[in-house]
Amino acid sequence: MQLIFEKHKQGRRGFCFPGPDVPLAKPLAAKYCRSKDTHIASLSELDVVRHYTNLSRLNFSVDTNFYPLGSCTMKYNPKFTERIAAFEGFSNLHPLLPQLAGGGMLAQGSLEVLYETEKFLSEITGMSAFTMQPLAGAHGELTGVMLIAAYHKNNGSRRKYVIVPDSSHGTNPASAAIAGYQVIVIPTGKDGYMDLEQYKKHLNNDVAAVMLTCPDTLGIFNPHIKEIADMAHQVGALMYYDGANLNALLGKARPGDLGFDVVHINLHKTFGTPHGGGGPGAGPVGVSEALVDFLPIPRVVRRSDATYALEYHRHKSIGYIAPFYGNFGVILKAYAYMLCLGKDGLIEAAELAVLNANYCQVMLKDHYDLAFEKNCMHECVFSAARQAKNGVHAIDIAKYLIDKGYHPPTVYFPLIVKEALMIEPTETESKETIDAFIEVMIEIAGLAKDDPIRVKQAPLHMPIKRLDETKAAREPNLRWKP
Amino acid sequence: MSYTPHTQEDIKQMLQAIGVSNIEELFKDIPKGLRAKSFNLPHGKSEIEVTNHLKGLSEKNAANLISFVGAGFYDHFIPAALDAIVNRPEFYTAYTPYQPECSQGWLQSIYEYQTAICELTGLDVSNASLYDGGTAVYEAAMMAIRFTGRNKIIMDSGMSLIYRAMLYTYTSNLSVEFVEIPVVHGQSSREELFKHLDDKTAAVILQNPNFFGAVDDHSDVVERVHKYGALAISSVYPVSLGMLKSPGEMNFDIATGEGQSLGIPLSFGGPYLGFMAAKKELVRQMPGRIVGETVDSDGKRGFVLTLQTREQHIRREKATSNICSNEALCALRAVVFLSLLGRSGIKEMAERNYQKAEFAKEVLSKIKGVEVKRSSPTFNEFTVMLPRRADDVVYRMIDRGFACGFPLGRFYKGMDNYLLIAVTEKRTKEEICRLADSLEAVLCS
Repeated sequence: MQLIFEKHKQGRRGFCFPGPDVPLAKPLAAKYCRSKDTHIASLSELDVVRHYTNLSRLNFSVDTNFYPLGSCTMKYNPKFTERIAAFEGFSNLHPLLPQLAGGGMLAQGSLEVLYETEKFLSEITGMSAFTMQPLAGAHGELTGVMLIAAYHKNNGSRRKYVIVPDSSHGTNPASAAIAGYQVIVIPTGKDGYMDLEQYKKHLNNDVAAVMLTCPDTLGIFNPHIKEIADMAHQVGALMYYDGANLNALLGKARPGDLGFDVVHINLHKTFGTPHGGGGPGAGPVGVSEALVDFLPIPRVVRRSDATYALEYHRHKSIGYIAPFYGNFGVILKAYAYMLCLGKDGLIEAAELAVLNANYCQVMLKDHYDLAFEKNCMHECVFSAARQAKNGVHAIDIAKYLIDKGYHPPTVYFPLIVKEALMIEPTETESKETIDAFIEVMIEIAGLAKDDPIRVKQAPLHMPIKRLDETKAAREPNLRWKP
Repeated sequence: MSYTPHTQEDIKQMLQAIGVSNIEELFKDIPKGLRAKSFNLPHGKSEIEVTNHLKGLSEKNAANLISFVGAGFYDHFIPAALDAIVNRPEFYTAYTPYQPECSQGWLQSIYEYQTAICELTGLDVSNASLYDGGTAVYEAAMMAIRFTGRNKIIMDSGMSLIYRAMLYTYTSNLSVEFVEIPVVHGQSSREELFKHLDDKTAAVILQNPNFFGAVDDHSDVVERVHKYGALAISSVYPVSLGMLKSPGEMNFDIATGEGQSLGIPLSFGGPYLGFMAAKKELVRQMPGRIVGETVDSDGKRGFVLTLQTREQHIRREKATSNICSNEALCALRAVVFLSLLGRSGIKEMAERNYQKAEFAKEVLSKIKGVEVKRSSPTFNEFTVMLPRRADDVVYRMIDRGFACGFPLGRFYKGMDNYLLIAVTEKRTKEEICRLADSLEAVLCS
């Protein structure tokens, strides 16, 4: 499709301002003003609407396609939450209003939403308190690691290392590093669990934290988790829970009970808010009692007269991590989702997510190599190593799935599984949808033996074929030029 | 209410296929002693009940005050066509476009967004978005530290206190040295700034217009900064760039800012949009996603995520940033907003904001005891000195239906009587005159 800039025609406009209603003031001195116009495109409203509507139709999305992208929990996003977030009382509220003298009363509805969501998340995870401020999962990780650093500093201890398993999300070591820590990577053993001997070897009182995903990125619940946590605590290190996979555990197990001290949650994964093409998400962080004092400011508190207020005077706080109170619009949708599902609905979500994943695993395990022969939780991880012997790699399988109308699973992650295919069906998909997907996956396994070229040519039915990513990186063209 | 499609028969068949007799068996790897000790949540409710409850809460918010509060976050108009586009589920229920063949809509939109941000800022390259204006400034500072191998950051205290506070938080465990330059007569003090500028300086960060609304031409500062081999970073208000000299025209190396004003609702503080543009030699230090143009195997134009060897999913602890999910849907709002306005509409919008603010200055300066600060030119926001505490005046104005401004004493010591007033294109002449009347009445009472 043409770029919007290529459709520009001088003189067109997609929006009109009301005529000027104030007398013309003296213009700003020229030295403060831009000398050249931008090349933003001028089009009619219909031009713009049609351009982006047609672009939207080139995307796969949860509402149009099965989207079993592992680790991302692409569940259905209930529509009523969109309507709620658009209520003017929420969408029009300036974030500085409650910071004006007596202004707390101007935002009681929104403050209540923040407070109640925090209470729900604390109960769901077994933590003492939450900050709703982190603006995405990785932002939550950074906040969590900074809270851990503040805790150690407060205890007069300067620790240097953060431990992560080699199966971790890339954000874990990246968050630890930018917060100022050195990263120690522990390999995964032959049994699919973090190698405990290696772990013990690296654990000492210079370790600030151990960051784990549970169930891990292989979709496996590590039964040694409490032991791992106890060992960390014995040397004074804290346990960090990457909440990307919390959907598997709702009502079944809680990070707080498992021995975790700091938790982040991806509201856009577990609590049904839309992923927005790569955000906005929200990554609230929960902590155990020992870390509550370090949470970012402000905190939302409930006063004895049942009104809500912002609390800024917290001398141990790490300070500001976001401009305000978090991605409020996202938090609001997650709150509506939790109210709607309630206790039983959330438990059912975990149960059926795990049922769907195990069903995928069992139906496909004769056709693809399982990364580890284990019962899975909310996602199952296969290796396309068998298919790769015939030249059909994970990426080829992904492209063939696209031709058949399926968004591919996560491929080549976790990094420790060769030719990884990570499938997370989520609870909102029906048996029929999953059966149809399984059928295509089996068809691909067959083609890999009989007609590998056919798979490697895919996609053939999309608006474009495979793209030259090397060219994109070697000769970067990152913007249109007039 | 739940959104699961399973019938009892489906569940039975699936369990049979797996070879277990009930769902609970699927959770057998969680040892008994580690099961949830509590899960005390209310029972689910219907869509009608939840909607009514939250409608009620929304009505407890005073979102209908006539607003002259800005301070970095502005009440601008959002065209209906914008909502119609971003509410398409093919956009908002997709995720990061890892698979380009089924994500060309998103990838092209981001490429267009990157182009629009480059055009507005006058710089060469833009990323696909960051969380907000504050994290964008932090990421820019870290880029400069990596690029120069130095660790001193000079920042103007005319930059929002919120952003300065965020910078301190994020770097609290790193060895970064900060120098804050005081604001003199509403503008950054060249004299103070140059005093601290040296060959240990990684970057100088300036905001335009600054927190007090003052507009500046920083070209001279940037030139000096470059002489010391440091980078110049500008935090800008994108709507103002319809009129004001762009960071590129002043030769800044990096421009960042809060994109909320480009078609994103105030929504009590988020989701917002951090944008970042830079000179092309800095592109490999940039954080986050970047989309590039390429060709498919038939030579047809297409778009992909590119230069990914900077990113956490490849480089892990050596990545330029830990960012993964960004604010894609807000970036889409921004490029659609700019496209609906068009190149003359962007100028017109900036012009309207400027004109209305100038009118408000005129009207307010006629009130006895109110002094409009005029030491610097302004865009759509300006500072007035009141004869008494501004927070008290703001409080009284609420009863009259106005959020009349932001009391500067909240962020700056010794400025208790100062009020920061923002006037956007949404405010009418009549509202501005009523603001003045009400203010006069409050000051007389």
